[in-house]
Amino acid sequence: MQEFFQQLANGIAWGSIYALIALGYTMVYGTLRLINFAHGDVYMVGAFAAYYLARALGIGTVTEASPLIAAVVLLGSMAICALLGVLIELFAYRPVRRSSRLTALITAIGVSLFLENFGIRVFGADPKFFPQVIAPRTITLPGGVLVTNHQITVVVVAFVLMVTLTLFIKRTRTGKAMRAVAFHRDAASLMGIPVDRIITITFAIGSALAAAAGFLVGLTNPKIEPLMGIMPGIKAFVAAVLGGIGSVPGAMIGGLLMGISEYLVVGYISSTYRDAIAFVILIAVLLIRPAGLLGKNVAEKV
Amino acid sequence: MVWRRLLSAGIAIAVVCAVDWLGSRYLNAYIYRVLVLCSINVILALSLNLVNGITGQFSIGHAGFMAVGAYASAAYTVYAVPVWFGRSAETGIAAAGAFLIAILVGGLVSAVAGFLVGLPSMRLRGDYLAIVTLGFGEIIRVAILNIDAVGGARGFAGVPTRTNLAWVLGGAWLTYAVIRNLMRSYHGRALLAIREDEIAAEALGVPTTRYKVTAFVIGAFFAGVAGALFSHYTYLHTNSFTFMKSIEVVIMVVLGGMGSLTGSILGATVLTALPELLRFASAERLIIYSLLLIVLMIARPQGILGRRELTLRLRPPRMKPDPALGS
Repeated sequence: MQEFFQQLANGIAWGSIYALIALGYTMVYGTLRLINFAHGDVYMVGAFAAYYLARALGIGTVTEASPLIAAVVLLGSMAICALLGVLIELFAYRPVRRSSRLTALITAIGVSLFLENFGIRVFGADPKFFPQVIAPRTITLPGGVLVTNHQITVVVVAFVLMVTLTLFIKRTRTGKAMRAVAFHRDAASLMGIPVDRIITITFAIGSALAAAAGFLVGLTNPKIEPLMGIMPGIKAFVAAVLGGIGSVPGAMIGGLLMGISEYLVVGYISSTYRDAIAFVILIAVLLIRPAGLLGKNVAEKV
Repeated sequence: MVWRRLLSAGIAIAVVCAVDWLGSRYLNAYIYRVLVLCSINVILALSLNLVNGITGQFSIGHAGFMAVGAYASAAYTVYAVPVWFGRSAETGIAAAGAFLIAILVGGLVSAVAGFLVGLPSMRLRGDYLAIVTLGFGEIIRVAILNIDAVGGARGFAGVPTRTNLAWVLGGAWLTYAVIRNLMRSYHGRALLAIREDEIAAEALGVPTTRYKVTAFVIGAFFAGVAGALFSHYTYLHTNSFTFMKSIEVVIMVVLGGMGSLTGSILGATVLTALPELLRFASAERLIIYSLLLIVLMIARPQGILGRRELTLRLRPPRMKPDPALGS
């Protein structure tokens, strides 16, 4: 039983990261009906932005590790990625918005390849070690489950960001506009909602959340490299589909389920099957409930 | 009519063999290799075009079927051929015969996999279908990675080299001929109807699910053939069949023009040659490649050829006036 709870704890920490990335997928899909393949690479850029920020602040050499510095690094990398997301939307996705969805998808793949190869060129292909922005400590929970304070930070930060996002979408004017654009873009435009600006904001928020995920990954798994975004990106997308793409709470649940099931597979079956379990769950869910767990099944009109 | 077809088939075989003979003699090994890989990509792109371009079902798990074909045929060559045919099947015409059977084994096993994957997934549409095919592709790859008899994570060593330019060109030609003829047949029209409007096709009595699965199975068969050709040419490892490979094939199809067969050939050729041509800028070549991809999609979203075909005819064939419409 102790083994089970241990894997569960690891799974929740890792699942929170998937959930943060999945939010960006689901938001962009909700507004543009686009699978933003570059999203996983934005997460990679977020991790590297945090890495360089932490280095610039002299963590480990000049300054002591502290939660305040960590917060500065986190917010800084989120800002950088928000800008990156806006630029990607402006230069790559906006020109193909009226083309077929497949064209947009290939463009997204192009952006993804660009970010990866740009990363290899600029950051270097060899893995980098993320500096310890928070001093590591291991905590024993009742029942003998070991967690690090990094894992707790991951869950807490992810939770705070998700609550903030939910409140933002539910309570603010901009959030309402985002829901309207997701519901029906043309109708929203006729109601005087500045659709272009809302889409820009969606990209900024989604990319900032991916950057937060990148920072949190650097905290728990301090080895970062330019291709680190591919697999988590795909799996986070799967998580978004699992929860019902376009649904914000769905992405959170999907991400957590994904992380937990992965760690249970690693703990009880074999780590070589880790990459397959995500898709097995996905296929099982889609064949039973084609719109995902929380998605609405939209009736097709002829 | 039959004689004319046989004649053209004979000419095609002769041309293929001549090209291979000239190629192995006068081309340097590097260009020869690029040509072989290029032809394998042509087969992949054509077979995916049948699913994505002609039937309009968006699949991005093609590398999985290529992997099934590659490993099935390689396992056949390594384990079955020595037992059934002995040492005589290592050289000459016997080796070629055994290889032909290996290619068919690869294609057929892959077609069975395509049927098993296609039957449940063809219920889904659009992005969901895309992500499920991607998922199946990855599951196939991870499953193969865990089979120790085919090398697992070490890669499958000891597969003899049988593929040459003649085999791949012949394969590409055959794939093109089959899909082109299919497209012009009664069944091909049904596939096109599904692409244009699935509900209307269903209403007109086209059994859409059966046709979609059939297209998927045929696509998987040729992907398996491509895999078999690939596995008998170069080192075999599951890393060659990640979802990036599937994406690469999708890009070839979209770049060439969805639904255009000559477009797929063009797209596969361009996308195989482009990274090689950019080798002079070694470090930046993939950055340039990705930027070109984005620019091309913005400038020409329908692909290079759109839905048109390249033909040797200078003028497009005149449409016959339809008597039902009057003038």
